[in-house]
Amino acid sequence: MINSTVAEISAALAAGDISSVEITQAYLNRIATLNGELNAFITVCEDSALLQAKAADDARAKGNNSPLLGIPLAHKDIFCTKDILTTCGSRMLHNFVSPYNATVVERFIDAGTVLLGKTNMDEFAMGSSNETSYFGDVKNPWNTEFVPGGSSGGSATAVAADLCAMATGTDTGGSIRQPAAFCGVTGFKPSYGRVSRWGMIAFASSLDQAGPITKSAEDAALMLNVMSGLDKKDSTSIDRPVEDFTASLDQPLKGLRIGVPKQHFAEGLSREVEQAVRDALAEYEKLGAIIKEVDLTNSHLSVSAYYVVAPAEASANLSRFDGVRYGYRCEDPVDLEDMYKRTRSEGFGEEVKRRIMIGTYALSAGFYDAYYRKAQKIRRLIKDDFDRAFEEVDVIIGPTSPHTAFKLGSKSDPVSMYLEDIYTIAVNLAGLPAASIPVGMANGLPMGMQIIGKYFDEAKILNVAHQFQQHTDWHKQKSTALVTASGEA
Amino acid sequence: MEWETVIGLEVHVSLSTKSKLFSGSSTEFGAPPNTQASIFDCALPGTLPVFNEEALRMAVRFGVAIGAEIGKRSVFDRKNYFYPDLPKGYQVTQLDFPTVGKGSLTVTLADGSEKVIGVTRAHIEENAGKSLHEEFSGMSGIDLNRAGEPLLEIVSEPEITCAEEAVAYLKKLHTIIRYLDISDAIMAQGSMRCDVNVSIRPKGATELGTRTEIKNINSFRFVEKAIYSEVARQQEILEDGGRIIQETRRYNADKDETTSMRSKEVANDYRYFPEPDLLPIVIDDEYIAAVRAQLPELPDAREARFVEDYSLSNYDAGVLVSSRELAEYYEIVARSSGDSKLAANWVSQDLLGLLNKNNWSIADSPIQAERLATLITRIKDNTISGKIAKTVFEAMIIDESGVDAIIESKGLKQVTDSGEIEKLVLEVIENNPEQVQQYKDGKAQVIGFLVGQCMQLSKGKANPGQVNELLREKMQ
Amino acid sequence: MALDKAEVEKIAHLARLHISESETEEVTTRITDILTLIDQMQSVDTEGVEPLAHPLDVVQRLRVDEITEEDQRDRLQQLAPASEDGLYLVPKVLE
Repeated sequence: MINSTVAEISAALAAGDISSVEITQAYLNRIATLNGELNAFITVCEDSALLQAKAADDARAKGNNSPLLGIPLAHKDIFCTKDILTTCGSRMLHNFVSPYNATVVERFIDAGTVLLGKTNMDEFAMGSSNETSYFGDVKNPWNTEFVPGGSSGGSATAVAADLCAMATGTDTGGSIRQPAAFCGVTGFKPSYGRVSRWGMIAFASSLDQAGPITKSAEDAALMLNVMSGLDKKDSTSIDRPVEDFTASLDQPLKGLRIGVPKQHFAEGLSREVEQAVRDALAEYEKLGAIIKEVDLTNSHLSVSAYYVVAPAEASANLSRFDGVRYGYRCEDPVDLEDMYKRTRSEGFGEEVKRRIMIGTYALSAGFYDAYYRKAQKIRRLIKDDFDRAFEEVDVIIGPTSPHTAFKLGSKSDPVSMYLEDIYTIAVNLAGLPAASIPVGMANGLPMGMQIIGKYFDEAKILNVAHQFQQHTDWHKQKSTALVTASGEA
Repeated sequence: MEWETVIGLEVHVSLSTKSKLFSGSSTEFGAPPNTQASIFDCALPGTLPVFNEEALRMAVRFGVAIGAEIGKRSVFDRKNYFYPDLPKGYQVTQLDFPTVGKGSLTVTLADGSEKVIGVTRAHIEENAGKSLHEEFSGMSGIDLNRAGEPLLEIVSEPEITCAEEAVAYLKKLHTIIRYLDISDAIMAQGSMRCDVNVSIRPKGATELGTRTEIKNINSFRFVEKAIYSEVARQQEILEDGGRIIQETRRYNADKDETTSMRSKEVANDYRYFPEPDLLPIVIDDEYIAAVRAQLPELPDAREARFVEDYSLSNYDAGVLVSSRELAEYYEIVARSSGDSKLAANWVSQDLLGLLNKNNWSIADSPIQAERLATLITRIKDNTISGKIAKTVFEAMIIDESGVDAIIESKGLKQVTDSGEIEKLVLEVIENNPEQVQQYKDGKAQVIGFLVGQCMQLSKGKANPGQVNELLREKMQ
Repeated sequence: MALDKAEVEKIAHLARLHISESETEEVTTRITDILTLIDQMQSVDTEGVEPLAHPLDVVQRLRVDEITEEDQRDRLQQLAPASEDGLYLVPKVLE
């Protein structure tokens, strides 16, 4: 049952075929067997998970039948969880037991889910390979010599390897979608403002957005139903009624206008990924969709603009890690400046420091206009490109990543790592919703397809993704290597 | 060479909201350290700001009161620097789009002349916590209770030309803020703080000289003294052919001098950028009109009304409106006693003298407005003389009972019984034959002496008018 | 744009990061590479384009001025590396 979708587990729980305690124990067993190899979890909450599962079973016995009741999930370790270690993948927070819950966490508690643990991630969500975590690399379950993608690599791996039924992630430049693509799962980044950021440790405030990582588009819809909606504790959370995202999953796609950005099929895209996405487009045509080329003229500037905006915001967001009120403090500081500098130099990893430096530089006197202000203007141009394209099409489809997962340790220079997110970053700059769903396999590794929608048109993306998954089974592919290893199917 | 001084003031005022600018923590003064520091105030990871509507209303209220342009769209920015009392590592403030834009206020100088001083802007920002410097095992202690409290920073145009103007501006600002009820504005407690930018230049020059900034001055008097001393310092340097260094200085009241706040810090680079956790604050004309409609009568308008309605001099009215509480006190006394001029004298001289002597506020006054009004009424209805009233006033400070009870118990009631007065008059005539004779010989002014003798004999209680009349009658 | 060592040190100080002598060169190279990537932005003319700070054109919500927080000092100070008498302790703050 652990390889089933949330929808299937939910039905089995409702039918009384299985209890939450049983399925929870099954996942805990699987984590115990595989986490040593995959390193997907930083913290496993065995005792509390079983208590929550028991409580869910009791609630069900009393007639509670909410869809996610008793479903075991994992949270990316970027979400603050009360009384549970919350590290954000950093030495800086290696000892930080949060005194409060993120709104997202709170909502899943209210929905009756079971928290299995906290997943590994790139430090402060800065990375595309999960190699920047203070808690070690996460391995791709399809081939453990390969990266799972990042920054939500622990969550993507955990879902792909059936260490949990579903997981949360966060996406600042592709951090849900790219690992979803590399691990062969469904990842969804909602519209900016759709999901509360309260309690989600900030990387780049104007870009960060939490979303689900699941085994199907339907599961993503079920998670989004719980996660979305106004939170007055987050000023950027949008006051907009939340629809039932599962309601329109089955709508036929006849007449759907799909935009294909020519810039996403240009130089740098691997042949396999291109072919897989083109095959998927052909599938959509069979379902009645109309394919149109669209022009995202400024998309080649998105990485440049992003590497100003995100580090600039991050440089300020990470100033609070100063060794004064919580977290890491260096040994025996000789004075205040020494405390700041050694705490931060020892507490942060190389990539985080690099981005703080870039952000600090971009905001420093004399450079603001050339960097930060310029990047904000590019951001406007990129948003305008999307607005124009969406006048003609309903969704935009292209590859999530130019290629399949790469080998651990193979990308040592930051710039080539940054270019990994070339197709995903523009979506964050514009604040749009987008999903990545499995679209094929190459050399034993999964490939992902990105579906971008209009603002608050999550339901349409889910519909388009779900219909594809009704007619193909790429999302059902499982890594055979691990199934044998764990001894459980 | 003749020099002229250019001064600009930056005044920080703590807005008296119940909760902090971006969190629901209390702003109550004097709580034990860090008991009013929430997870947001301590900058725990993942916490976010939500803006307090009352801080906005107070800022707009101030803006409307000084006739300022109100920013229909104001934007918060982050000002980045590291300091242990700044938990987030940045202060949220307003750089390019403040809530309050250009306005002005009019000050009255000692010679009675008026001067309009421009206010460049007033922006909303958050306060920092406190570093306590007493020893804690060789370390400093940080209290974040104050961190995140709302401040309004009011920046003047560099149009102030001397210490006197600076103090007049500050006092006027203080009065307005107190009238608006947006802050306690107590300098000694830090709810109003002042930074002074000072430069000098040869008289008539158009370019500004290099300025220095004197930080955190906490009394009007020190502002005045700091400016005198800084101007003298700069003048001496320039006249010796030296050069002023642009820097931050501190005023040392004991030595009456400013000293450089030399810090290891390289020139600050605050790396301002728009605060992404907050959205632009947008207000419309309706909002501004509603705030305007709720404005209280402001000091200038009230002064004019006092002159008009109570026939007071500009000077007296100016003194009485200098604080909202005093003006309100005065109005009660004037109305209840029915004698606005007598009320003005008593309030501006006797009452203010009493308060100043004891360093009391109106709220501390042992003599409430109604009691003072009764006292004045008793002067007017001849129960007591003006002179006896001073004695009663003194008694009222320590005796809480009613004015009449005090007059009664101390036997201070004026003697108006003509029989008793006749006895006094006859006694004085008998004891002062020489003066009586002088009067009869046509030296009319001697009557004053004889009245005085009667008053003395009656211990001041006799009605002087009646005494006067009866004396004349008896000496016919 | 290429950075020199002095600039890197200045930025590191602003960000309160310590970069050892041996790291400076590599850090300088890496940052210069990244700035080269970033400088691709300069290829497009953005004259007259309104900067975009937030993806959505929405305005700030206001919070009612009321006290909603309780004293959590003891709990929060358990997280602190050093505290005493309710205060967070840091190396001496020199004014």
